Amino acid sequence: MAVQSNGNGSLDSHVKVPVPQIKFTKLFINGEFVDSVSGKTFQTIDPRNREVIAEIAEGGKEDVDLAVKAAREAFDNGPWPRLPGFERRKIMMKFADLIDENNEELATLETIDAGKLFFLCKIMEIPGAAETIRYYAGAADKIHGETLKMSTALQGYTLHEPIGVVGHIIPWNFPSQMFAMKVGPALAAGCTMVVKPAEQTPLSALFYAHLAKLAGIPDGVLNVVTGFGQTAGAAISSHTDIDMVSFTGSTEVGRLVMQAAATSNLKPVCLELGGKSPILIFDDADVDKVTELALQGTLFNKGEICVAGSRVFVQEGIYDKFLLKLKEKVKNWVVGDPFDPTSHQGPQVNKKQYDRILSYIEHGKKEGATLFHGGKPCDRKGYYIEPTIFTDVTDEMKIAQEEIFGPVMSVFKFKTVEEAIKRANATKYGLAAGVMTNNINIANTVARSIRAGAIWINCYFAFDRDSPYGGYKMSGFGRDMGMDGLKKYLVVKAVATPIYNSPWL
Amino acid sequence: MAAKRVSSLLLSRSFTSSLASRLTGGKSACQARAISRYSTAAALEEPIKPPVNVEYTKLLINGQFVDAASGKTFPTLDPRTGEVIAHVAEGDAEDVNRAVAAARKAFDEGPWPRLTAYDRQRILLRFADLVEKHNDEIAALETWDNGKPYEQAAKIEVPMFVRLMRYYAGWADKIHGMTVPADGPYHVQTLHEPIGVAGQIIPWNFPLLMYAWKVGPALACGNTVVLKTAEQTPLSALYVTKLLHEAGLPSGVLNVVSGFGPTAGAALCSHMDVDKLAFTGSTETGKIILELSARSNLKPVTLELGGKSPFIVCEDADVDNAVELAHFALFFNQGQCCCAGSRTYVHERVYDEFVEKATARALKRSVGDPFRQEIEQGPQVDSEQFEKILRYIRAGVDSGATLETGGDRLGEKGYYIKPTVFSNVQDDMPIAKEEIFGPVQSILKFKDLDEVIRRANSSRYGLAAGVFTQNLDTANTLMRALRAGTVWINCFDTFDAAIPFGGYKMSGQGREKGEYSLKNYLQVKAVVTPLKNPAWL
Repeated sequence: MAVQSNGNGSLDSHVKVPVPQIKFTKLFINGEFVDSVSGKTFQTIDPRNREVIAEIAEGGKEDVDLAVKAAREAFDNGPWPRLPGFERRKIMMKFADLIDENNEELATLETIDAGKLFFLCKIMEIPGAAETIRYYAGAADKIHGETLKMSTALQGYTLHEPIGVVGHIIPWNFPSQMFAMKVGPALAAGCTMVVKPAEQTPLSALFYAHLAKLAGIPDGVLNVVTGFGQTAGAAISSHTDIDMVSFTGSTEVGRLVMQAAATSNLKPVCLELGGKSPILIFDDADVDKVTELALQGTLFNKGEICVAGSRVFVQEGIYDKFLLKLKEKVKNWVVGDPFDPTSHQGPQVNKKQYDRILSYIEHGKKEGATLFHGGKPCDRKGYYIEPTIFTDVTDEMKIAQEEIFGPVMSVFKFKTVEEAIKRANATKYGLAAGVMTNNINIANTVARSIRAGAIWINCYFAFDRDSPYGGYKMSGFGRDMGMDGLKKYLVVKAVATPIYNSPWL
Repeated sequence: MAAKRVSSLLLSRSFTSSLASRLTGGKSACQARAISRYSTAAALEEPIKPPVNVEYTKLLINGQFVDAASGKTFPTLDPRTGEVIAHVAEGDAEDVNRAVAAARKAFDEGPWPRLTAYDRQRILLRFADLVEKHNDEIAALETWDNGKPYEQAAKIEVPMFVRLMRYYAGWADKIHGMTVPADGPYHVQTLHEPIGVAGQIIPWNFPLLMYAWKVGPALACGNTVVLKTAEQTPLSALYVTKLLHEAGLPSGVLNVVSGFGPTAGAALCSHMDVDKLAFTGSTETGKIILELSARSNLKPVTLELGGKSPFIVCEDADVDNAVELAHFALFFNQGQCCCAGSRTYVHERVYDEFVEKATARALKRSVGDPFRQEIEQGPQVDSEQFEKILRYIRAGVDSGATLETGGDRLGEKGYYIKPTVFSNVQDDMPIAKEEIFGPVQSILKFKDLDEVIRRANSSRYGLAAGVFTQNLDTANTLMRALRAGTVWINCFDTFDAAIPFGGYKMSGQGREKGEYSLKNYLQVKAVVTPLKNPAWL
């Protein structure tokens, strides 16, 4: 049985945990799995039980150099950028099919490595990765420049060329989706790349590299270097032969990535960083529906999601009803083994995150917020934490200002639409916002007033392959997903040539 | 006949006259108005002398004002009195031939398409400045010829004309084709070239705005034009085209032929040397135009035709605001708008109150000499329209609809009609199915959303729709379900330069205004050339 009372039970003996064979633990460079130059490895840990899953090759600067060299060669002289778009598309489609064929194994890797719910990986994350690859496969032969209206007798046009060798640094909270949303558009554009997955979750990226090779992606086009940010990540950010870096992770690290890019070769960077996203609930909202959305919005993926609706602003007229309903619903929120299909929430990804979240909870208590629910680690071996709700939170408290990245909701009360907008915007972040109202005027006003890259009206986490996603303010810049997500892997060249005796200009 | 178009204005910004506040539903303005009932004597008083002289009455061909080849003229009438304003040269096939020849030459050999887009832009901008300078005279001409309130012409329509010209001027040097990915080693690009000589036929309900919608994009793209104005309202186009030449337009680029549809209009449609045709007017005439184009040289056609647009007042509506907006949606411009909200569907929960208040609002509508201040409604454009509207009103009564107010002419002189409201209108009545193009509001009752969607869509037209609700889900459902080219939610007749406008079904083909309108006046040419050893594909 999954634990019905917020994870206070013991390990669930009847839950059948598949024991995957870990097939890929080495770096993937130029189409081969290889040891790191140093021969070093690091351990990846199962957050459910703190046990070692595998020893993984630890890539450093030399390994990044080798990977970039392979990618450079593949871009400058290899077939990939020279294939017609429809040929790249064909290979990417095959890649996506292989992901689907290996769904179960990939979902298992994701669950043991990241503590994510197994059934969600199976029905959402892994198929979602395949679908994202297919979306961008379809874009490969639809990359257009423009012909221009020159002000003198010139024929002008723009070419949207692949930018070159791309560095992707991806996080541990959605290893598969992040991989697909970075690698997919870069492949479609005709770029070659070096991917550094997070050290917490290296397994799926290596498996994807293997599938990419099977699908026919030429050697050197997609390289995966597992390792740590300070070493492998820093080597990518500062590499003078990498033409662009795309990073998803914390705002602190994003700053380092951008600094390294600036001091090396001024490569453009695209940053998807932290958030402290508000969910605004107005008086007219359906209390049952919005409570569910707020709960999911905060607790989904154990709160390890950059767009978590971690600040829930509730209008005073619905405030009491909301709390009543919230109490009722959070009681049924099940923390348990992520392989148990009845679990809503697995363990946090590692000890560092686990400790960090618990310290934020302590801050909340100390600063005088009312602990409405939860607030403790679960009594189990892994990194499980009770879903935690604070009320009477004030805007200047640490838990209202900083990204906790865990299952912790802060509830605030507000009076007017203007006040809600003002307080929602009073943050250094601007990633997403939820707006819960059926009033068309409130919805329209708030949607335009919130300074955030995604506004979800009467829904939350409404991600879509065709919907661009990214931050305002210190949540980053540039967009992933959608056709906007493709643009950053293209560089615009303007070509002009004189024309004579044109019948029109 | 039913040709039309509305100006922009509802919810228009800086405009502060009482007219605007009436249009935006400002109740204070209605209540404070001195003229409180339509049965004012205004229509019976001596008409105010228009503050403008008619200077241009000839055809404008190849940069010159010329008489018709036949020497014939036709009178254009003052709808306030039915008296003659001026005799205007009556263009026919031979004049159209002359105009097309001038336009052809200007396109094939003249400077206009060969100017840089920047220079074309400059001329259009100068034109806009000149129109702005002559705002009041042009507005007076428009009111005199058409009968629309002078305040509406002077404060909304002429400024909107200027706005539209500046909008299109800005497009001239931003007309882009694409570079295109190929399946092999080829460099592919598309050129968006001007289409050539455009024939344009415009209606009488918004003579200047229709001019701007058509002439603006055609000229910005580098085309040359033959424009046929409506025989009811030939004056303002001649005036502004004179200004356009003063702004620097080369001869032959824009030719204006006044005259009638069966003669001048038909000649333009059938002309073998006209490369494109754009028409705004009735659905019946639109059919003829498409047929003539098909039979001659298969020229592509843009059509903006009739409508019977629903205005849906939902269950949650604030009745006072809904009444004001629905009133505006129908009665604006004497009801002579192709997108008039002429089927007012009201939810049964608010129906009785709505009918009562809509009737009261119509009763308060100020009708009279359009040159008077504070007048909301002038005369209908001509006797033909006037008679047709009165016939529809009789048909409404005969088919059993309840005549709440109005129903008759106002005064003895001119083409004034009392603001008319019918309730208990059924979907199969002529007043619910056909375009009346006059100040006649038909109110229909509905029970639920699915029903009103079905009924609203069961029309051969699909030009526009109004939705009045605060409920986001209702608004989202209706905006997708309604088969119409424009859906206005809690507003109506909002006509910005960048908002595309056009019809579904038998309301037309193509879109005008906005970036979409440029397509009507451009040809696409694909250019392909092989690549040797490309670095990428």
